Amino acid sequence: MMPTVPPVISDSLFVLTLVLLLVSPLSIAGVALINTGLGRSRSAAQALLGNLAIMAVASIIFAVFGAALAGCLSGSSSLVFHLAGKPWNGLGLGPLFLHNMSAASIQSQLVLVFEFFAVAFAALLPWGSGADRWRLFAGCAGAAVLAAIVFPLAAHWIWNGGWLSQLGVNFSLGIGFLDVGGAGCIHVLGGMSALVVIWITGPRRGKFPKEGFSTAMPGHNASYVLFGCFVSLVGWMAWNLAGAILWLNAPLATLPQCAINTLLSACTALAATFTVTEFRFGKPDASLCANGWMAGLVASSASAALVSPTVALFIGIVAGVLTPLLVEVLELALSIDDPSGAISVHAAAGLWGLLAAGMFAPQTGQFLAQLIGIATLLGVFLPLIYLLFWILNRFVPFRVDPDGERVGMDLHELGGGAYPEFVIHRDESYR
Amino acid sequence: MKYAGLFVMPAGFFLVIAAIVLFQNPAQRAAFVLCGLAVEGLGLGVAVRGHILPRGDSRP
Repeated sequence: MMPTVPPVISDSLFVLTLVLLLVSPLSIAGVALINTGLGRSRSAAQALLGNLAIMAVASIIFAVFGAALAGCLSGSSSLVFHLAGKPWNGLGLGPLFLHNMSAASIQSQLVLVFEFFAVAFAALLPWGSGADRWRLFAGCAGAAVLAAIVFPLAAHWIWNGGWLSQLGVNFSLGIGFLDVGGAGCIHVLGGMSALVVIWITGPRRGKFPKEGFSTAMPGHNASYVLFGCFVSLVGWMAWNLAGAILWLNAPLATLPQCAINTLLSACTALAATFTVTEFRFGKPDASLCANGWMAGLVASSASAALVSPTVALFIGIVAGVLTPLLVEVLELALSIDDPSGAISVHAAAGLWGLLAAGMFAPQTGQFLAQLIGIATLLGVFLPLIYLLFWILNRFVPFRVDPDGERVGMDLHELGGGAYPEFVIHRDESYR
Repeated sequence: MKYAGLFVMPAGFFLVIAAIVLFQNPAQRAAFVLCGLAVEGLGLGVAVRGHILPRGDSRP
């Protein structure tokens, strides 16, 4: 996918894109609420502070270092090598500290804003999966690694003229890897980081007892979780619209359909999850339904600007059916303790969204381009994230000590809880 | 086993790169890309299996 913004952007389009970008962090706020609500009450303040701190660290590191490697500002040079007679743009080599940013084109400044929020979002996703045992400092260090190395590399390859975005030009594969709203660059990266964090930190104490499959540890506040879904919808629509303008040069007349596709995908995903959980458990499950809603939004990210409303309905249904089943398989069969469901909601639904974009995009060769992008995300970025986090864990241990886990992350790390007037009950598992 | 799968995954990626560099024919390209994805899937499966907690007394 090449950034296809016109050479001169009109004032009205600039204002519209900027407003959309400024609304888009609502999706981050929604995910922060969901992360907090799905954790336990004795870790709620640490969870919400962690969301803020991770966003802060990721933004600072991206400004200092990451944006240079991402090469998102116009005029940035790139590291290009040649293979089989084709140029392979591998890395951005822009100025550090956003030097001379105001001299860049106005379009690339909008791209920079988009990528600032994107890096914060991607770095935030593993935080919910490490809830109740991932130390705050380690979470911030992980966000710094993602913002300095992993995200810039992915953003350059996918969005900023890198080799994945040029698959169409160099190898006649559609319009190159298509990821308008960040299904791959944000959600798959974030979801894979969540998987790595869970592998490194291990499950919460008592989650998988010596006998039986797993202990249910429900989130402490379903209201936060469900309200987070509402908030996310607003931000997601803005995000998908801004992406459509920036990466596809979408005409204004197509934007309402993009917004409707985003909404439809989420709604059908919720309906599908509602039905599946009703069938599986006899009653709809609130947290799984919230996961289904979010999975529908994630799946819409890659293709909402391209497909018809009917296809958006189908994309949402598949995401909504897959998510609760995958949550169950991950927990019961693979002993993966993922409190926020980021692996199912963001990684799996993101991969489905990318695949669906290839299936339903009209361009010839687009499906193969999407497969190559997916292979790159899995084959390069998952091992890279694992390696970086494994090294980081040697210097900044991820997991809190057993005493911290027993008293809760709020008391252990912050010295006070989110609900000081409430009596916090000890877990049955600690008896 | 934990790490073996993660070492295999980049091999699948290089197979995908080889597919787009070596072949012009879309069918051959697609076949090689699918093989690369299958190798990555195999690697992911091994990595996931290596991280599964053992059952019984050895659980934390």
